[in-house]
Amino acid sequence: MFGKLTWSAIPLSEPIPLAAGGVVMVVVATVLAWITIKGHWPYLWREWITSVDHKRIGVMYCLLALVMLLRGFSDAIMMRSHLAFAGGDGQGYLPPDHYNQIFSAHGAIMIFFTAMPFMVGLMNFVVPLQLGVRDVAFPTLNSVSFWLTASGALLINASLVIGEFARTGWLAYPPLSELRFSPGVGVDYYLWSLQISGVGTLLSGVNLVTTILKMRAPGMTYTRMPVFCWTALASNLLIVATFPVLTATFALLTLDRYLGFHFFTNDLGGNPMMYINLIWIWGHPEVYILILPAFGVFSEVVSTFSGKPLFGYRSMILATMVICVLSCVVWLHHFFTMGAGANVNGFFGIMTMVIAVPTGVKVFNWLFTLYGGRVRYEVPVLWSISFMVTFVIGGLTGVLLSVPPVDWVLHNSLFLVAHFHNVAIGGVLFGAFTGYTYWFPKAFGFKLHEGFGKAAFWCWTIGFYLAFMPLYALGLMGMTRRVQHWDDLTWRPWLLCALGGAVVILIGIGFQVLQLVASIRQRRTNLDLSGDPWDGRSLEWATASPPPVFNFAVIPDVVGEEAYWGIKQRAIETQQLPAEASYQAIEMPRNTATGFVSAFFSTLIGFAMIWHIWWMACLGLLGAYAVLVAFAWRREVEFVIPATEVARIDRERRRIREQFLLTLGKPS
Amino acid sequence: MSAAVNEHLGARPIDPHKLGHFGHEGRDITGRGGGGPADKRIIVGFGFWIFLLSDIVLFSAIFATYAVLADATAGGPGGADLFDLGNVGLETVCLLLSSFACGVAMIAASRRHARLTQLGLLVTGGLGLLFLVLEIHEFAGMITQGAGPERSAFLSGFFALVGCHGLHVLCGLLWLGTMMAQIRAFGFTPPIQRRLMCFSLFWHALDIIWVGLFTIVYLMGSIQ
Amino acid sequence: MSEHPHGDYAGDAAPGDDHGGILSSLGGYLIGLMLALGLTATSFWVAWTHSLWGPGVPIGLCVLAIAQMGVHLVFFLHITTGPDNTNNVLALAYGLLIVFLVMAGSLWIMSNLNHEMGPMNQMMDMTRQS
Repeated sequence: MFGKLTWSAIPLSEPIPLAAGGVVMVVVATVLAWITIKGHWPYLWREWITSVDHKRIGVMYCLLALVMLLRGFSDAIMMRSHLAFAGGDGQGYLPPDHYNQIFSAHGAIMIFFTAMPFMVGLMNFVVPLQLGVRDVAFPTLNSVSFWLTASGALLINASLVIGEFARTGWLAYPPLSELRFSPGVGVDYYLWSLQISGVGTLLSGVNLVTTILKMRAPGMTYTRMPVFCWTALASNLLIVATFPVLTATFALLTLDRYLGFHFFTNDLGGNPMMYINLIWIWGHPEVYILILPAFGVFSEVVSTFSGKPLFGYRSMILATMVICVLSCVVWLHHFFTMGAGANVNGFFGIMTMVIAVPTGVKVFNWLFTLYGGRVRYEVPVLWSISFMVTFVIGGLTGVLLSVPPVDWVLHNSLFLVAHFHNVAIGGVLFGAFTGYTYWFPKAFGFKLHEGFGKAAFWCWTIGFYLAFMPLYALGLMGMTRRVQHWDDLTWRPWLLCALGGAVVILIGIGFQVLQLVASIRQRRTNLDLSGDPWDGRSLEWATASPPPVFNFAVIPDVVGEEAYWGIKQRAIETQQLPAEASYQAIEMPRNTATGFVSAFFSTLIGFAMIWHIWWMACLGLLGAYAVLVAFAWRREVEFVIPATEVARIDRERRRIREQFLLTLGKPS
Repeated sequence: MSAAVNEHLGARPIDPHKLGHFGHEGRDITGRGGGGPADKRIIVGFGFWIFLLSDIVLFSAIFATYAVLADATAGGPGGADLFDLGNVGLETVCLLLSSFACGVAMIAASRRHARLTQLGLLVTGGLGLLFLVLEIHEFAGMITQGAGPERSAFLSGFFALVGCHGLHVLCGLLWLGTMMAQIRAFGFTPPIQRRLMCFSLFWHALDIIWVGLFTIVYLMGSIQ
Repeated sequence: MSEHPHGDYAGDAAPGDDHGGILSSLGGYLIGLMLALGLTATSFWVAWTHSLWGPGVPIGLCVLAIAQMGVHLVFFLHITTGPDNTNNVLALAYGLLIVFLVMAGSLWIMSNLNHEMGPMNQMMDMTRQS
């Protein structure tokens, strides 16, 4: 009746997942109970769960990412604390079986459910505002995308308490991930949760590409778009180009596991190397999908806080698009050692080195933007500077690894692990934190607590170096990745240092939690009244904080590369706001439960397929189709905001702006 | 809707921030993209086009897998042993005529001719269904001969690639049925016109993929 | 977002949209159908006949397939090279680039990998033992 699902799926004999799962469930239950007792469900349902507003969806993506960061980090600190004491006679505290699941979950969660949602969330929130339009191209599809991602996150977390997770590493290479060597449900959890969230991401990519290419304020030609929008375009083009390859590859592995196909098996002609080839065709562009929006964030922040336009705008967008194309021709550097021969290795090695060039161009542009500017060392800029140093180091080790003979020695060592954490944390995560701090006032109307922000920054930076620089040394000394026990006792001091670094990062995360709590409690003292707390240069800062649902009462006309800066300077010079426009009624898309309900059925399908509950899977498919038909049959898709209401909201914004007119543009 | 774009359709544009910029002349130079948000039909069409291209990349990954594994017959039957080119020819003609019928339906729809549209869509669907029946018959035949997907990597590739295309056709037929019901219920409203446009893009793209399929899998597979 | 009767907006065209020219009328579809049928028949003939030089057959088939795809794109999907279709053509070109990279890249890499692997009978022995 329930396929493979029995009571023994709950890990009653394994204290650690049981405890972890227990804690999570208690927290979740507490939160749900609090919401119920306080009667917040109608508000949450109406304003957030069924929202199709890109701003709300962006915030939800970032919230999901932050929560999953905690989960992924707890995996990390478990590994570090185990490893430091698992040398020689020491046994650590994680059995190998369990350790394998932890590093697999850590990687999958950090990439798919922390980094991706964070970047997608920032892009969702900011891009329509920067383009001067009211929403993305397909608002309901946007909601569907978010909820599918959340569905994937739910499934991967369910594996903690019902069943097990994959023990294959975050990319689940066959033949280990084939049914013969992984007969449990772990790899199935992996496949279905990532497949579902992958569909969400692909749809989001289609949405943002269409928005950026077809919906911009009048006058905003391609070369007047903010750099963040260019990097968002490049990132989403890569999503559209490569996520289908991920979908296909996972589908083929699923066919192998469920229907006995022979794509990647060892026998009857299967070729596991093809999986590795395909997965990295996706996997390399994926890391560029993550880093490009981070580059965009830094471009915005560096220029705003230097008080200067970004240096070399055109070379910046050229570099971005070159990176976009080049990232599709370097994937083999992830498997130099698989043995394709010198010609192939040589080609891909050279292409990998070449991709460092446009990245270098970007770094120089940021440096030249800072140079000669009046830099305000606020939290976003601190993160940016740390990023520049850290990411460059990580990039340099990447160029080292791109030399095939070097990679032959260092492939799958801790050197590699240090390299990719260097660029992922220094680049993607620091970029996420920068964007979070920079755009938080816009989203919520008050700034984050600065003191805790600085403390968190220092802990993360120092902690990162303490945790990962030793790994470079360890890699060169021969320690490989994914080891549960080691015997060379000269490694111990390095591993202890790494543990220390992880603890410092933990303190940093603690500061971030404190920062959020303190900011919310003290929000009345940190209010962003004007809507432009950082003396910004692009259109999102023209709106109130938070912006009204329609973003702009009148879609702005854009002149010049920094759309808002020109408007602001003219207002300061003339000491008056631009003349009031004639307000018209605005049509906005209605909220809908389509996203939430389709994700519900997707979760049902995923869970059913994992546990081989075929009737439940069929039910889920029918339900998903029904949602589609119900969506297609909607008659009332929009609601109208009358011109008087638009006028009232905008006049309030103008009234406040007038009060700030004298102080805007002056260094604080 | 943007005030400026409203104005574009006739009178002088208003300039809400009085920046003094903004005649029609500078704005519509195609390619520089300064014309403001596009019309909804264009947005939907382009978005679907991008989605379709992503679907083609999906097929290319499975195609690549098929191509790599095409020789891995593991001692079992290969393409030359299994493929019935007559059947394939029939399937091809079905799909091609189905595409043509879809085109006719789209012309009728643009002229809001309900009966001709429904007839065209019915023929499209009928031929698509015939295609699927022929294909399922072919699959069943191969499986009963012991040449199912678990026999070898080559056969896994074949079934996955051709099967993926068939699955897309099936989803297309479901979509088609839904569209026919919607036209009946609502007539030719703008959303329905947009969805029909998307459907026709999808259906034609499926035929394009079939061209690649029958060439690479069947024709090249049978010359060995 | 409000509606505009399509065709009035002097900007880009949606892919698949008729331009009101000869391509979008019934005649256009008929020409496309005839061409496609002809190309299909030719492909089948090329595969069946033995009168063509062996190694040339796959290339011939590829050329015919690409030609037919072009017929579909032009006559059924109305993709033209006009300025109002630029975005659509660029997107198509990007998609085709990715398809080319995935297919050619995979074939090149995998054939090199397979070449560097040991002879097949060695591999068969290894799998039989496991």
